[in-house]
Amino acid sequence: MPMLHTVNKSPFERGALESCIRLAIKGSSVLLIEDGVYGASRGTAASNMVENAMKDLDFYVLGSDLKARGVDENRLIDGITVIDYSGFVKLAVENDKVQAWL
Amino acid sequence: MKFGIQINEGPYTHEASTTALNFVSAAIEAGHEIFRVFFYHDGVNNGTRYTTPPQDDRNLVNAWSELAEKYNIDLVVCVAAAQRRGIIDKGEQERNGKDGNNIAPGFRISGLGQLIEAGIQSDRLVVFGD
Repeated sequence: MPMLHTVNKSPFERGALESCIRLAIKGSSVLLIEDGVYGASRGTAASNMVENAMKDLDFYVLGSDLKARGVDENRLIDGITVIDYSGFVKLAVENDKVQAWL
Repeated sequence: MKFGIQINEGPYTHEASTTALNFVSAAIEAGHEIFRVFFYHDGVNNGTRYTTPPQDDRNLVNAWSELAEKYNIDLVVCVAAAQRRGIIDKGEQERNGKDGNNIAPGFRISGLGQLIEAGIQSDRLVVFGD
């Protein structure tokens, strides 16, 4: 039963991403949106946690929210997929449930 | 596919209302149905027509009203959350003896049962907010 998890808060502000990674079942997808996109950056205090989780979880990031924050796509952790809103809708359809980590 | 949407955040708090609006637009564009958008907690602040941002700023209340009219979307504001925050329609105005109302076009005030129904009737319930 695949599930889409959305995280909309920065990992440097709240523990939402950490909780999500700890509790998401193997094979789930995690979509970083709004301030959550900072979790997709390479070489930060949170990037090790995300890189380790990528063994079990697929990571996506909303491109327009990256752009709004001036985070260049070249600075992302390898293997994170950049998507747009139609990709967000597609993920919501492909997964059985959508869980927001707020 | 049928989507239910829950919004827990006001239009100018962080970004949730904008994200939800973009998601709803993209879902409609992809041919999906929006069963209902339920505004809960501070999200009820998306439903007052007295919102008057500067002219060069986005007006999310109007954006929701226009989207609702264009695609016939059911925008429901939680009554208990709305009363606490002064979001009032004609019926609530009369019931509570207030001197006016401020509900924006396309929005209606109702109870939490509408959220439960959206959760049951929709294929996916997607939550935005704090």
